[in-house]
Amino acid sequence: MENNQPSMMKRFMPLIMFVALTALLGIGLTLNPREVPSPLIGKPAPEFDLPLLLSEGRFTNKDLIGHVTLVNVWASWCFACRQEHETVKYLSRNGVRIIGLNYKDEPDDAKNWLATLGNPYQAVAVDYSGRISIDWGVYGAPETFLIDKQGIIRHKVIGPLSDQEKYDELMSVMSTLEK
Amino acid sequence: MYNTLSKLILFIALSCSFNVVAAPVEIFQFDSPENEKIFHKLSEELRCLVCQNQSVAESNADLAKDLRLEIYTMLQKGKTEEEIASFMVDRYGDYVLYRPPFRPMTWLLWFGPVIIFFFGMIFVVRYMKAQNMSKKVDSLSEEELERIKNLHAGQDKK
Repeated sequence: MENNQPSMMKRFMPLIMFVALTALLGIGLTLNPREVPSPLIGKPAPEFDLPLLLSEGRFTNKDLIGHVTLVNVWASWCFACRQEHETVKYLSRNGVRIIGLNYKDEPDDAKNWLATLGNPYQAVAVDYSGRISIDWGVYGAPETFLIDKQGIIRHKVIGPLSDQEKYDELMSVMSTLEK
Repeated sequence: MYNTLSKLILFIALSCSFNVVAAPVEIFQFDSPENEKIFHKLSEELRCLVCQNQSVAESNADLAKDLRLEIYTMLQKGKTEEEIASFMVDRYGDYVLYRPPFRPMTWLLWFGPVIIFFFGMIFVVRYMKAQNMSKKVDSLSEEELERIKNLHAGQDKK
């Protein structure tokens, strides 16, 4: 009689498979497919030469060398940029060098936006056509790049910086960089 | 009732037709039919990152529009299909390709289904064997053998 009983292993096999599959799908649910890892991490910031929004003159990738910098891609039409704005201002107040990259925006709208909400940027470069942002692998706003002193991209945040988890991650990478 | 239903059908039919109308159209003039072919192939094989279940060809998103223009401009400058594809991968990663490249990193992706199928087949074969085995009656007990003997003996007497 005992031989006809399925072994313990066999009896629990469906349960084991169910748990394994659930775990796999569960992990899948926690991943965000909208956040595509950037292949630019560890590479030098792409070359660019763009006009400034608030003054005469231009901003180029060479201006990134020598400082730890956040390059914040934003636009006045972007709702999530408004959401993260207080965080960006907070960082700026605490001495972080932040350069704005105004993405596919009307300069007048962008100027109004900064005048109303406050300007945390040391400089704002205008990418009116969005062509330079393609080189940066930008596919939405806001996006924030952390650039080290040598001009190498060290980290990328996709979406608002006000997200605690993303903010902490950015801070931890930033703390490893030479000031 | 029928009135509501027909209205609903009309609504669905109309919204489908709007979708068709809304498909992105830009007029690009190509130097050669080959370039036009490459343009369509590339824009269909590149994922639009803003609206991830659409290709660059299908999407109405601003970025997709920009990328179509970029592909077009690069083709007009004489860039090859491979050069344009690697331009996109350098910026957006392998993820932009609907057809992932064949590299050690992606071996699991390519072979995974075959491996799973293989294990599945092993499981099925073993399961079927087990089913066959359990149908066979292992062996008869002493008692049962005795009964059979007696039955045979009874028949013989007849």
